[in-house]
Amino acid sequence: MDLLGRGLLILGLLVALYGAAVSVVGARRLQTAVGPGTATGTTGHGAAWVRSGRRAIYVLAGLAVSAFVLVEIAFIRTDLSFDIVVSHSSKSTPLGYRMAAPWSSQEGSLLLWVLMLSLWSSLVVRRAGRRMADVVPWAQAVLLALAAFFLFLLVFYSSPFRLTPMPVPAVGEGLSPLLQYPSMMIHPPMLYSGYTLFAIPFAFAVGALIAGHVGSDWIRHTRRYTLGAWLLLGIGIVLGSRWSYAELGWGGYWGWDPVENASLMPWIIGTAFIHSVMIQEKRGMLRTWNVSLILLTGILCILGTFIVRSGIISSIHAFGSSTVGWQFLTLLGVMTFGSIALVTWRRPLLRSEHRIDSLLSREAIFLVGNVVLVLLTLVVLWGTFFPLLSEVLTGKQRPWASSTWGWWVGPLSLALVGLMGLGPLAAWRKTTRAHLWRQARAPLAVAILTLAVGSVVGGGSRLVVVVALLLGGFVVGAVGQELVRGARARQISTGERLPVAVPRLVGRNRRRYGGYLVHVGFAVLALSIAASSALKDQERVNATVGDRFTIGGYDLRYTGAIGDYQLTDGRIDKLILGSVVEVRRDGKLLQTIRPTREYYPSMNPADGPVGRFFAGEASTEIALDAGLTRDLWVAMQPDGEALATVLEALDDRLRDQPTRFAQGGQLALNFTELYAARPSGVTFQVIVSPLVTWIWIGSVLMALGALLAMWPAPDLQTRRVRAGQKARVARDVRYPTEQPL
Amino acid sequence: MGPLVVLVAFAVVLFILSQPFWPDQHERAAESETLLRADLEAAKVAKYREIRDAALDRDTGKLSDADWRTIDAQLRSQAVAILDELDGLDHLRGRAAQRDELHGGDLIPTQWPTP
Amino acid sequence: MTRTLRLTFAIVAAVTLAAALLYTSFAGSAEARQPSQMAGAEANREYRLTGVVVRGSVKRGRDAVTFRVRDRKGGASVPVTYTGQIPDAFREGREVLVTVRKQGTTYQGQKDTLITKCPSKFDDGKSGGEPKMRWLDGSDRVVKGE
Repeated sequence: MDLLGRGLLILGLLVALYGAAVSVVGARRLQTAVGPGTATGTTGHGAAWVRSGRRAIYVLAGLAVSAFVLVEIAFIRTDLSFDIVVSHSSKSTPLGYRMAAPWSSQEGSLLLWVLMLSLWSSLVVRRAGRRMADVVPWAQAVLLALAAFFLFLLVFYSSPFRLTPMPVPAVGEGLSPLLQYPSMMIHPPMLYSGYTLFAIPFAFAVGALIAGHVGSDWIRHTRRYTLGAWLLLGIGIVLGSRWSYAELGWGGYWGWDPVENASLMPWIIGTAFIHSVMIQEKRGMLRTWNVSLILLTGILCILGTFIVRSGIISSIHAFGSSTVGWQFLTLLGVMTFGSIALVTWRRPLLRSEHRIDSLLSREAIFLVGNVVLVLLTLVVLWGTFFPLLSEVLTGKQRPWASSTWGWWVGPLSLALVGLMGLGPLAAWRKTTRAHLWRQARAPLAVAILTLAVGSVVGGGSRLVVVVALLLGGFVVGAVGQELVRGARARQISTGERLPVAVPRLVGRNRRRYGGYLVHVGFAVLALSIAASSALKDQERVNATVGDRFTIGGYDLRYTGAIGDYQLTDGRIDKLILGSVVEVRRDGKLLQTIRPTREYYPSMNPADGPVGRFFAGEASTEIALDAGLTRDLWVAMQPDGEALATVLEALDDRLRDQPTRFAQGGQLALNFTELYAARPSGVTFQVIVSPLVTWIWIGSVLMALGALLAMWPAPDLQTRRVRAGQKARVARDVRYPTEQPL
Repeated sequence: MGPLVVLVAFAVVLFILSQPFWPDQHERAAESETLLRADLEAAKVAKYREIRDAALDRDTGKLSDADWRTIDAQLRSQAVAILDELDGLDHLRGRAAQRDELHGGDLIPTQWPTP
Repeated sequence: MTRTLRLTFAIVAAVTLAAALLYTSFAGSAEARQPSQMAGAEANREYRLTGVVVRGSVKRGRDAVTFRVRDRKGGASVPVTYTGQIPDAFREGREVLVTVRKQGTTYQGQKDTLITKCPSKFDDGKSGGEPKMRWLDGSDRVVKGE
C-alpha cells in the first residue's frame, strides 16, 4: 500500500506541474489570439490546452482523494507498518479520533491541504464554465502551482506513506489525549478549508491582473468562495478557542499563541477584503487596495501554515530542525515579490475613476473600517513576530505580555464595533450632519438603554465593559432600525403585512441583511469577551474531602474522590483520578460536578513500572456549568507530592522483579481504587466568569449571517433575459433621465 | 499490486489529459459567442442587483432622491447596454424572436416616486 | 482637504502609530532568558525564563512543582519552584516560558505564569530523543487474552 500511496502522490505532482504548464500555454495562446482585456476566447489550440489544464485539476482531485483514502484506511485499520500511524494513533484510540488523527501529523495535514485545494479548485473551474475565459486559465495555473508545492513537500520531505523502521511495535503511541476532543476533529479541516478557499480569490486576482481584466468580474465570480473561506476559517478559529477553554485546563479561550494568531491574521484581512470589494462593486473605487488585500490574504494563509509547521516563532533555532521551513519561506518569498510586481505592473489599469466625495459617507466609513482591520492585522503580525525580531536584533527574545495584546486589540476591536453601528446609518457619497443625526437618534437611545440594563443586571463598572455595552447597543439599534425601515418601505410598495414583509425583505437582500447579522454577532462577541475577561473571578483552593469554599457567589463542597480507569485490549488506556463536588447557590443544590484528571501511560521504561502510568500525557477534564449569565469552570489536580511518594514506593516494591512491567499495570489499577477510598488532598482551580456562553452565541450569529449572505438567490441565478423585461428597463430608464443628470 | 495500480492510474490520467488534443475531439465548443454570453449573463444579474440595492438604499434613507435618480439612471442604461449586447448575440443566431416572452417578475422595482 | 495635507496627515498618523507600537513592544514585553543567560540574575527581580524542562527533574509537591529548565540547545540549566496552575501540556522535554524571581540558589516561579508550547503545534517526535518502549509482546496487559 505504501508503494501505491507514494505512486499516487508522485503522479499527483506530475499532473499538477503539467496542468499548471498547459494552463499557462493555453492562457497565452488565447490572449495573443484575442488581445488582453476582453472576455472572448477562441477556438483552436489555446482552448484545448486550457481544457487539458482544467482536466488536470479534476484528475488531481481524484488522486488526492485516493491518497487520502489510503491514509484513512491505514489509520482505521491501525496499520502499524506506517510510521505516521505509529506516532499518531493506536488501537485504543476510538474510531472517530483515529479517522481524525491523520491531520494531527504534519504529513497528514499537508495532504489535507492538497485535498481541500484540489476539491475547491475543481468546484470553481467547473462552475466557471465559460465565464471569465481570459482569467480562469491563469487562475488554474496558480491553483495547480500551489498544489504542486504541497505535493512536492509530500513526495520529497514529508511522506505520509513512510514505513515504520523495524521492528514494528505492537501498539501505536496514540493520538495526544489533548487532541481527543470532538471539536478538535473538525478544527483542522475547517482551518484548511478556509485557507484553501482563500486561495481561490487569490488565484483569480492573480489571473485578473495578468490578463488585465481588472474590473469587478473576478470579485463577483469568487465572492461566494471568499465568504465561504471567511466562514470556515472563522468556525475553525472559534472551535480552537472552544477547545482551549474546555480542554487545555487553563480556563482561557485565547492566549495569543503564535499558532492562534496564524489563523486570525488571514481572517481579519479577509474581512477587510469582503468589505472593500463592495465599494469597488458600487463605486468602481479601490481596485489597487482590493487586489492588494486578497494577495495579502493568500500570503497570510501560507504564512499561517508556515508558522505552525516550522515552529519559527518559539525560537529561531526550532526553525532549523523543521523539515519544511525553507521550502515554505521560499514560497512566501515568491508570492510576496510576485504580488508586488504584479500590482506595480498593472497600476495604470487599476486606477479608479471615482474619488471619495465626503468623509461623512458610507464609503468613507467602510474605508476607515478597512484601515482599522489592516492595522489590527499589522499589530497581530508585529506582536507575533516581535520575539523573533528582538532575538535577531538584540539576541534576546521579548515576547509580548498578554496586557500588551489587550492595549492594542481591545481599542481597535471596539472601534470596529462603533464603525459597524455607524456604517449602516450613513448614506452613499455624502451625508449631511442633520441626516446622520436623524438616523442615529434611535440607535443611540438603544445604546443608552443597553448600558442602563447592563449596569443594573451586571453591576459592572469597568470602562471596557461600559464602552462595549454602549457600542454593542448602538450596533443592535442601527441594524434594527435598518430592518424596520426596509420593512416599512416594502410594506408601502407591496402592501404586505409586517410578518410577510420582513422575511421577504431579508430574502431579497441577503447580502445586506446577512452582513448586518454578522455585525450583531460581532457586537455580542466583543461585549462578551470584554465582560468575561474584565469581570472574572478566579481562585485556587487546596482542599480535602469535606471542605467547603465560596467563589463568585457559588458554594462548593468537595464530597468525595473518584478513582477509575479505562482499558482497551487488556491494556491500560488511561487512569482517572477525580473529585465529586456539590455546587450550591443561595443554599440550593444546583448540581454535582465531577472534574477529573486523566493520566495516559508513558512509553519510557525509566519512568518505572507503576510510575509510567502517571508520567505520560495528562489531561484535565474540567467540569463546566455553562449558563447564559455566567460560567462556573472547575479543574482539579491531585496533590503531586503524595502521588509521587506512593508511586515511588510501589516502584520500589517491584524493583528487582523480572516481571515488574507485567505487574506494574495491576498495581496501578489497585492504586486508583485506593485513591477513590482514601484520596490525598487536591487543588481546585475555579473560575467564575460572566457571559462566556455569549461568545459562542455571538459566533453562531456571525456564522448564520455569513451563510445568509452567501446563500444563492435562485430566482436571480436561473432567469434568462427576456425581451419584455428589457423593454421595461428601457421604459423605466426614460423616466429618470428626464431629470437633470 | 501497488505499482500495477499506479501504472493503470498513469495510463488513465494520460488518456484524460490528452483527450482535448485529439483531432476528432476538437469540438467547436469554445466559441467566442458563448464565452461572451456567459460573462454578459453574470454582468446582467449583478447589474439588476445593483439597481434593487440602490432602490432599497433610497427607501431606507441611504440615498437622497436626487442622488438615487442619477445612480439609478446610470445603472439602468448600463443594464440596457448589457441587454442590447445579449440581444445582439441572439440576432446573430436568429433566435431573438423566441425570446419575446413574459417579463421577469419583480426583479426590478416597479414603484417610482412621483416627481 | 488638499492632497498634500492629506498625505502629511497620513504620514504623521503612520509614524505615530509605528512609534507607539515600537514603544509598547519594548515596554510591554519582558525579556525571555534562557538558563545560560541567567548567570548574572539579580535577586528579587522578575525574569521571563524560557527553555526546555529537563528530563527526570520534575517533582510534584502538594501545591508546588519543582523542575529544572535547560537551554534549548546546550546543557546549562536552573532549578525552578513553581506554584499555580500547571498547563496540561506541561511535561518533561517540553518547551516552557515562566516568570521567575531569584531566591537564593533557586528560582521562584510566579503564580499562574507557566506557559507550555501549544501542543496542537506539529511535533515531529523525530528530533527528540525520548526512549520508547515499543512493546513487542503482550506483557503489559493487565487482563490476559484478547
